[in-house]
Amino acid sequence: MTDKLEKEGRRARNIGIIFLLFAVAILVLFLPGTDGGGLTTFTFNTSKGEVLPLPDLVFATRLGLYLLALVTAFLGAWQLARGFEQLNAVLGGVALLFILGFLSWAARDKSMNLTGMLQSTLLRSIPITLAALSGVMCERSGIVNIGIEGMMLMGAFFAALVGSVADSYWWGLAAALLGGGLAGALLAVLSIRYKVDQIIAGTAITILSTGLTSYFSSRYLQANSALNSPPTFRPIALPILSKIPIIGPIFFNHTLLVYLTLLLVALIYVMLFYTRWGLRTRAVGEHPRAADTLGIDVFKIRYINVILGGMIAGLGGAYLVLSSVARFDEMMTGGKGYIGLAAMIFGNWNPIGALGSSLIFGFADSLQVKLAIMSVPIPSQFLLMAPYLVTMIVLAGVVGKSRAPAADGVPYEKG
Amino acid sequence: MPPVLELKGITKRFPGVLANDHIDLKLHEGEVLALLGENGAGKSTLMNVLYGLYTPEEGEIFVRGQLAAIQEPNDAIDLGIGMVHQHFMLVPVFTVAENVMLGMESIKNGILLDRQDAAERVRDISQKYGLDVDPNDMVGDLPVGLQQRVEIIKLLYRNADILILDEPTAVLTPQEVKGLFEVIRSLVAQGKSVIFISHKLKEIREIADHVAVLRRGKMVGAADPKQCTERDLASLMVGRDVILEVPKKPANPEAVVLAVEDLRVMGDRGKLAVEGISFEVRAGEIVGVAGVQGNGQTELVEVLTGLREALSGSVRLLDHEILNAAPRVITEIGTAHVPEDRHRDGLVLGYSVADNLVLNTYYLPPVARGLVMQETVINQRADELVAEYDVRTPSIMTPAGNLSGGNQQKVIVARELSRDVALVIASQPTRGLDVGSIEYIHSQLVRKRDEGAAVFVVSSELDEVLSLADRIVVLFDGQIMDVVSAETAVKEEIGLLMAGVHSQAELEAKREAAA
Repeated sequence: MTDKLEKEGRRARNIGIIFLLFAVAILVLFLPGTDGGGLTTFTFNTSKGEVLPLPDLVFATRLGLYLLALVTAFLGAWQLARGFEQLNAVLGGVALLFILGFLSWAARDKSMNLTGMLQSTLLRSIPITLAALSGVMCERSGIVNIGIEGMMLMGAFFAALVGSVADSYWWGLAAALLGGGLAGALLAVLSIRYKVDQIIAGTAITILSTGLTSYFSSRYLQANSALNSPPTFRPIALPILSKIPIIGPIFFNHTLLVYLTLLLVALIYVMLFYTRWGLRTRAVGEHPRAADTLGIDVFKIRYINVILGGMIAGLGGAYLVLSSVARFDEMMTGGKGYIGLAAMIFGNWNPIGALGSSLIFGFADSLQVKLAIMSVPIPSQFLLMAPYLVTMIVLAGVVGKSRAPAADGVPYEKG
Repeated sequence: MPPVLELKGITKRFPGVLANDHIDLKLHEGEVLALLGENGAGKSTLMNVLYGLYTPEEGEIFVRGQLAAIQEPNDAIDLGIGMVHQHFMLVPVFTVAENVMLGMESIKNGILLDRQDAAERVRDISQKYGLDVDPNDMVGDLPVGLQQRVEIIKLLYRNADILILDEPTAVLTPQEVKGLFEVIRSLVAQGKSVIFISHKLKEIREIADHVAVLRRGKMVGAADPKQCTERDLASLMVGRDVILEVPKKPANPEAVVLAVEDLRVMGDRGKLAVEGISFEVRAGEIVGVAGVQGNGQTELVEVLTGLREALSGSVRLLDHEILNAAPRVITEIGTAHVPEDRHRDGLVLGYSVADNLVLNTYYLPPVARGLVMQETVINQRADELVAEYDVRTPSIMTPAGNLSGGNQQKVIVARELSRDVALVIASQPTRGLDVGSIEYIHSQLVRKRDEGAAVFVVSSELDEVLSLADRIVVLFDGQIMDVVSAETAVKEEIGLLMAGVHSQAELEAKREAAA
């Protein structure tokens, strides 16, 4: 039998050592490529003529790295000697220091626009967030949704087709919701009514959606651009808010779908934890029989949640088409549905947690693109990998364990 | 005044079984009606019909004189009928208030949950009936007795005045049972009516005003529990004369088989569960451990059977030191183990009865020849054991999970006791079983003793220890309070020892010190 206290003590010590290793890593990994007089420049102004332009941050790369390593080492020593109360927050801080070290190195003798990168972080995290929200909706009620990827593809396909034909992004959006909702309804019927294994049902939906959309796309959409050129949502700069330095361009100059997603995160959070629907949904996901004995219709709740979850995934597909590339391509979701599932788990089945994890993935994505553009001397494959690696190390070992709803994936049988 | 609840001719069939056969039942306001019957007699089916979980083929239900159509739990709830299920229907990650209001939520501002209002109402109900539950506690953190009270609050919150309690004492410690009875008395005193399902005769005589007895789906009689003896009730329930006392000759103890010395064991919570205890068990005697559950019994048995590592001490079985030996080594020296949790440690529920019967010998000849298991041998052995130990199963190929609790336990007993062993360790051997099965399992343990085995029985039912054991070890807080001979033992004294007190005088002194 392992003593729980001892376990926690060991964890605290391990984390302290990991902090020190991060400090060493900053020096070992990033220092060799720099020379004494090299400067790093971080800029904050997006090109659109800010009301309050911020000065660029210019510093000696070496000095910056020494400073970052020093702070990290200090945090590690403090953790070993005294221990932090808010360990996870400090952990995030150390990860941030490491990433700053990396950026200082990557931007040595060059300049890098931090605001722009954070802005693209948010944009790239939106479809992942929507996928994660779809998962939260389904799994909180006890249905595992592996089919998010497929539902997003359906949404994207219908958004492109109907949006083009009707020449209206509104119709495209409505069609995406319908397509995702239909795929959700299919998952619901298979897993609730017919009690098919939910992993298999979800996988089948993804395979089916991939096949259908790829076929119709290659047969009709690619050949006939009139069917594959929907109008897109335009960015709306919110008055005053969008003028705030740094914050403004990052958060307040986006298309409606971005705002809608952020709103959905808050809305689902409140719904889940502060309304009758949420209480019942969580009860059904944890202990459906208990809910049943109190006169709650387990099946109805699950149907509603899974169909809504499908619609949210459909919205994620619509975002890809109507807010960025303005066309449908085969398998254009590129695994974002699955990454969203991971974000849902890292976010502990909580909408806000899901947004946070999605932002990490979004950051990884935007960093990799940025570095590729800056032609940093690292093979592109490693660039693609590195941020994920850091994420995995942090999330796998160190952040507290997440817990799935108790009845997640278990079909409910009455009586 | 019409009865508050009346069932007329309720009939419920399942494929191949007539679970309820034209059952009539009356419940009057302010009374406790006990529904008595063996496992599988149809008690739970009847109550599920009443609660709308099953639809009966025939029969009528009258509530306060009105014919009622109960199609689903909501209908029952609307009629003021509430049920505490044997397995609690609580969401562990919700607070008490959230569990209580689920399905009938308090709402403010149109859509938001009003947790404060719900907590307030829970607190009111808790005070009114002396339930003593904090609405903001997380249900998963509460002990079983308090969880049960949360279930009762759920019913009262819905203004239920007919309360069905399905085997409410099965999971409780003696103290918690006492508390539950106080709550029941306070409920009926305030006009509620209670149906109390149980097969524990003593409890029924203590709490019930009337008792109705079910046997094999039929109502076989009603009785006044105050007028008849436990024996009367038992024979009504089983349909034949039942011997409640365990018939046995005086023990004839011989050589020491099991010798435990200064054993120290760590519990799951990082606290010493067994703190340096020593005792021995001789061939030809039954040593019983009395104690409230959670005083180190589970950990002790786990060490004796090799399922848990001890910190220090010595355990000698015959001529072998078996401290921290592998379970298989201990089994092969000659130990039979009837584990506390038959589903977790006793059976593979998905395996057939036949396969479960060879779980401890599957690798030995004649069950196995080399790497290959001998199906004919296994099946033949299963047929013999099923007949010998009276296991009621449709076939030896039936998964063990499909049998009733009593028959599952008989499978374990058959497997363990059919071997030639020197030591039998039985932990809670009759928990949750009906009178017939209890009687049978007791007689088997005594038979094993008379054949010359040392028998070590752990039970949280003091009556069971008293009637079965020759010597009684009283365990409290991981330590042995005393070892007494069953012949001279006084129940009250052992009860005090179980509470960690040596005598009446000491108890009073403690009370005064506390006051």
